[in-house]
Amino acid sequence: MFTSNHFAALSEVISPAIMQGYIVLMILLVMGGTILDMMHKKSATYFFENAKKAKKSAKRSVSGGEKAAIAASVLVNEVLTSGEFSNPRRRLSHLLTMYGFIIFAATTAIMIFSPESTSTLLPQLWHIGALMLAVGGYWFWIFIRVDVSAEGLPWFRFERADLFIVSLLATSTFALLWSFTGGGLGIPFALFVLSSTVLFGGVYWSKFAHMFFKPAAAHQKKIAHADGSRENLPPDYDLTDPEVQRQFPDIPTYMGKNPPKMGLCIKAERANHY
Amino acid sequence: MPTFVYMTRCDGCGECVDICPSDIMHIDKKLRRAYNIEPSMCWECYSCVKACPHHAIDVRGYADFAPLGHSVRVIRDEDKGTIAWRIKFRNGKKDMELLAPITTKPWGSATPKLADVAPPSKEMRDSELLFNEPKYIRMDEGGLHTLESNGLEIKEGVQY
Repeated sequence: MFTSNHFAALSEVISPAIMQGYIVLMILLVMGGTILDMMHKKSATYFFENAKKAKKSAKRSVSGGEKAAIAASVLVNEVLTSGEFSNPRRRLSHLLTMYGFIIFAATTAIMIFSPESTSTLLPQLWHIGALMLAVGGYWFWIFIRVDVSAEGLPWFRFERADLFIVSLLATSTFALLWSFTGGGLGIPFALFVLSSTVLFGGVYWSKFAHMFFKPAAAHQKKIAHADGSRENLPPDYDLTDPEVQRQFPDIPTYMGKNPPKMGLCIKAERANHY
Repeated sequence: MPTFVYMTRCDGCGECVDICPSDIMHIDKKLRRAYNIEPSMCWECYSCVKACPHHAIDVRGYADFAPLGHSVRVIRDEDKGTIAWRIKFRNGKKDMELLAPITTKPWGSATPKLADVAPPSKEMRDSELLFNEPKYIRMDEGGLHTLESNGLEIKEGVQY
């Protein structure tokens, strides 16, 4: 089951051209939805206005080389390893969902565009991707979602903002169900197509577009830190620096010339006391 | 003036909800981001501002503190045991920074072991003195500590 390409079997009933057309349509829906979403929320306008404001209060200019290094660090920390999450459980769940989705979506497209392929690796990757997506997504939905973990609301309550995660979970669940029931046409296949259409067609109402603007926002944040504007936040002081000690004599007076690490304090426990 | 949350920076972690002494920081049920449910009950204690790991909460300070339109931002670094403030006026020309220690010992290392302390006698219970007085107010070392007794004097102006 894990090694069988259900899309190849399906091409005997549905023309591969129709399936390929569906993939192209979904890509167009994502692009259109993202553009509409950006226009509606004015996120691009806000982003550029904010960048201009930060540039105005910059203390130094950031060179092209530095910008490239920042872009590389955004790619490694924020894009590839979801480093912006301070909650490790959310980070892990996000990584599972993200890589699961990428593997699942890419292998689906490859299998549909090359129905004659006999590779057993692609179907295996397709199942692994769908499983990763389901594990990360259900973990998030049932335990980590903020109103479930923080506000104690039941896991089955959802809002329009949940369109993305619910359709994502439905897509992976019905894809696996379709595979476990032997593929072909039928109710699981209809549900799989319906949920994936909602997922890609609902970009305007969901937070699917975050994958495009989040890296840009992370990059801008790092640029603001490098140019000294730091979103008006104070600098990250090195307490052992003699210049810092001269500027703030309370530090060496009360903490010594080489202050020890003080530990986690409030960060020792997760916020769950309300 | 009360706190407000930059929604694009908040990830709904709940640190502010946990720490707010007035219980007015809540997670919005639709947007899943923190917000101040009752601004008139906020007394600008800055607890949530300091606790927020993403610096997503801000306060518009009063005009008697700095002219309106200013920015007061803070980073409390628990691991370093310091708090850093930056106060910037709206014209950007006045840009002040302050760094101060908030602990001199690692967190939790100076917690009194009350379970090991002998229970108070009847005489201690009947006394006006509170637990560990006069030791803790250091009266036993010869009177209250004052600037004078410590060889210090008040200097005029801001000393940093």
